[in-house]
Amino acid sequence: MAELHVELVAADRNVWSGEATLVVARTPSGDIGIMPGHQPLLGVLESGPVTVRTSDGATVVAAVHGGFISFADNKLSVLAEIAELADEIDVGRAERALERAKAEADAAAERRAEIRLRAVAGVHR
Amino acid sequence: MGAQLRVYKRRIRSVTATKKITKAMEMIAASRIVKAQRAVAASTPYARELTRAVTAVATGSTTEHPLTTEAENPVRAAVLLVTSDRGLAGGYSSNAIKAADKLTERLEAEGKQVRTFIVGRKGVAYYNFRQREVADAWTGFTDQPTYADAKKVAGGLIEAFTTETAAGGVDELHIVFTEFVSMVSQTPVDVRLLPLSLDRAESDEETAKEGEALPLYDFEPSAEDVLDALLPRYVESRVYNALLQSAASEHAARRRAMKSATDNAEELIKSLSRLASAARQAEITNEISEIVGGASALADATAGSD
Repeated sequence: MAELHVELVAADRNVWSGEATLVVARTPSGDIGIMPGHQPLLGVLESGPVTVRTSDGATVVAAVHGGFISFADNKLSVLAEIAELADEIDVGRAERALERAKAEADAAAERRAEIRLRAVAGVHR
Repeated sequence: MGAQLRVYKRRIRSVTATKKITKAMEMIAASRIVKAQRAVAASTPYARELTRAVTAVATGSTTEHPLTTEAENPVRAAVLLVTSDRGLAGGYSSNAIKAADKLTERLEAEGKQVRTFIVGRKGVAYYNFRQREVADAWTGFTDQPTYADAKKVAGGLIEAFTTETAAGGVDELHIVFTEFVSMVSQTPVDVRLLPLSLDRAESDEETAKEGEALPLYDFEPSAEDVLDALLPRYVESRVYNALLQSAASEHAARRRAMKSATDNAEELIKSLSRLASAARQAEITNEISEIVGGASALADATAGSD
């Protein structure tokens, strides 16, 4: 099966890299799915979960807060200032952050916490 | 104990104490260089991909974007100078300041006004002492800069850049920082961040391989929007990289300065203990000759009374 190489990079570290068959990410105009052989693309990402279907059938979900997606030569890079894999996210902490953000009416923090929780749940909506 | 000897002993004690401190600082700096180098390496993939993307948009689209087009008559330029918060790092901060002075002179010779932005307490102190104007300054994080720090700094720069020239905005963005070449060599460099000079971005970041054309990108949602979002991130990432390299250079410079301080202390202790030995020996000799002299005087006296 055709594969594409994915690099998920945050500003200060390399979050995840590997081979994948499908990557779904969210741009301002809607979700976009990228499969091997896609046209070269450079897009802005909305904050949201990025789902990667790896070549061995597993699914990797990461919470991405803003950033870019660029695809060329069967190589896809997701650039984000902050990116976390679902496995790395501390659910308890994210929930507490969500409550605190709601209490303080901090919309940005609330959204960040929500995205984290959604990434953990693996829901892409 | 003689007065002379006591003075030497006291000085040896104080130099030994200083040596312990410099030795500790040297070792701390040495361990931090490794950490700082790792941070530089960890930030490289992001910077590389981002530069690649910026180059792709800027060359692959015909969009006129304020961040990429050169002003016809640049009136004002911003210079970001990266120095350290703490001293005891040899010529690290003053070399960076000198490089910034040179750049400022060059820009002024080209007829541009220069607004200086500073990172690090040393640079701020230098400018304040000379009562030179500082547009903005950030301190407190030069040891271990985080991306959030870089974002703060870059935010100030981008704001100055996007302000209309007539309203006090700048047309160019330069950054002066100390490049970490190796453990023994750090050189201050100045780089023009904006407007983007594409040939430099390419050769600098080893992005485009020789002769390889960049693919024709599809932009999502549009080239302008992508560029709008991309360029601030690009500035942030370049500032972040500069801060990290400067931090690594600062630690390397401090390690070297502290190593030579320790060596000097050792040298001083050696020569002081020689002097102390000589003083002690002189004291003993003196005492012996006093005793001998006293004894012979006594002997003379008893011989005379016989």
